Amino acid sequence: MRTTAMTAAATPGPAYNFAYLDEGTKRMIRRAILKGIAVPGYQVPFASREMPMPYGWGTGGVQVTAAILGPADVLKVIDQGADDTTNAVSIRAFFRKTAGIATTTRTVEATIVQTRHRIPETPLAAGQIIVYQVPIPEPLRFLEPRETETRTMHALEEYGLMHVKLYEDIARHGHIATTYAYPVKVEGRYVMDPSPLPKFDNPKMHRSPALQLFGAGREKRIYALPPYTDVRSLDFEDHPFTVQSFTEPCAVCGARNVYLDEVVTDDRGGRMFVCSDTDHCGTRRAEATP
Amino acid sequence: MNADATFPGAASPDAADPILSVRGLEKRYGERIGCTDVSFDLWPGEVLAIVGESGSGKTTLLNCISARRAPSAGTVSYRMRDGVTRDLAALGEAERRVLMRTDWGFVHQNPIDGLRMRVSAGANVGERLMAVGDRNYGRIRATAADWLARVEIPADRIDDQPTAFSGGMRQRLQIARNLVTHPRLVFMDEPTGGLDVSVQARVLDLLRGLVADLGLAVVIVTHDLAVARLLSQRIVVMKDGTVVEEGLTDRVLDDPRHPYTQLLVASIPES
Ligand SMILES: Nc1ncnc2c1ncn2[C@@H]1O[C@H](COP(=O)(O)OP(=O)(O)OP(=O)(O)O)[C@@H](O)[C@H]1O
Ligand SMILES: [Mg+2]
Ligand SMILES: [Zn+2]
Repeated sequence: MRTTAMTAAATPGPAYNFAYLDEGTKRMIRRAILKGIAVPGYQVPFASREMPMPYGWGTGGVQVTAAILGPADVLKVIDQGADDTTNAVSIRAFFRKTAGIATTTRTVEATIVQTRHRIPETPLAAGQIIVYQVPIPEPLRFLEPRETETRTMHALEEYGLMHVKLYEDIARHGHIATTYAYPVKVEGRYVMDPSPLPKFDNPKMHRSPALQLFGAGREKRIYALPPYTDVRSLDFEDHPFTVQSFTEPCAVCGARNVYLDEVVTDDRGGRMFVCSDTDHCGTRRAEATP
Repeated sequence: MNADATFPGAASPDAADPILSVRGLEKRYGERIGCTDVSFDLWPGEVLAIVGESGSGKTTLLNCISARRAPSAGTVSYRMRDGVTRDLAALGEAERRVLMRTDWGFVHQNPIDGLRMRVSAGANVGERLMAVGDRNYGRIRATAADWLARVEIPADRIDDQPTAFSGGMRQRLQIARNLVTHPRLVFMDEPTGGLDVSVQARVLDLLRGLVADLGLAVVIVTHDLAVARLLSQRIVVMKDGTVVEEGLTDRVLDDPRHPYTQLLVASIPES
């Protein structure tokens, strides 16, 4: 949020306001963000706008980014940890075109990171903002389809159902089989869905020095974690939360304790495990080969 | 020995005060009267049957006294576990919901209304435990298994969803799900009404045993006087939304005073 542009002066073309959205819409979204920051983990309804891209592309995250972007910001966009997928490339290009801002693939250089599935391996620092594109913000939806009921449940802190879901997991699989969108409790109060993150990334949300913002376009919800917020993954005493662990290091850079993707290497069934975070992997390789 | 000491329940304030008191209760649906001018007390461990023909206001009354619907007039007070009697209308929504899932149970006629059909039997029973903060999987599962046994559901069905259960099993599961938090008061609306006659007897037997073992207070709505005879100590007879007769079950069924009750009793087939 480097010096908010209140004018369209920085707009490269006449067709758009800075960062595409008009200033009134941005103010409305900022109000929702501020409310979200004031009540960590609480889903704030907002008047989601049509964006010139399909919903599946993370229009909620794009609107949040558009509302907080300033001309001096440096934007990184990742999809599955990678900067070079169609989705990430398109969103970067969108903001270059509509806001004329600088973009980067380096986590350390970015002031704003927009993401769909991962939190970068390089720990985020104070002053950085991470924007999550969320498809389904309601963690209770799985067992309670009625919106009026889930709202009451949040209001009254009735979260027994979340454990019913985890109970079912253990009963069926012998362990908590939920690996993505693993529910968390924020500041001991609101239960929150961290979007399709692998649970590997859940501990990175806990007490992060960065500001974390979540935008769900289709479902018209924004929620937030201010810096240093307590974020605990739900579990049972006798089935505590654990993250995925990988037996091998990254086949390319040798990193351990990072999230790996399985990659098919040839058409004879050859496969290997490599960093899902392409910036992390590339940086390590560059450092190893001077 | 003085006479007071032998009066049943006199020694314990628990048994001496009603657990539920209903006064001047009325529920209107616009111009139509659901029920009106209903007053009664329910004592701890007592089973009260509400009987009457279809449309007489039984379900309306049950929903009002169980805080599921707001009455149009009158009061319902409940003596909480701490001994303090509270007007239900004065409870906050949070308090009322806690009461409903801890101290109270509600058994619906149709088990689908009282079960989560898409989660396992074990989780259906365990849900209330998790709702009140139990976070130990092993203990929740063991308690669920114990309750399934108590309602005669085979242990190997614990991970099956109720969609795979027969009507009678579903109803027994709904009962277990309600009783797992040891409620003091359970409301039942025609709990055997949707079951085949052959299945009804088993569920009734089970209910009778559990109610006695647990010392539950129960308000049961039924249009079946045989069910009332089997389970209840006291009967309230309703007609057109009002109570026409009230008394001990045996007295009301063997010596009905109101002409309407006499008609009802006369229409029961010999058993
Ligand atoms: N939601 C409602 N809106 C309007 N009228 C209602 C509503 N519910 C019940 N009534 C009316 O209130 C009266 C009492 O109905 P209620 O369902 O309490 O009777 P009941 O004794 O439970 O009948 P049954 O044995 O058929 O279940 C009836 O005249 C009914 O039509
Ligand atoms: Mg009824
Ligand atoms: Zn790597």
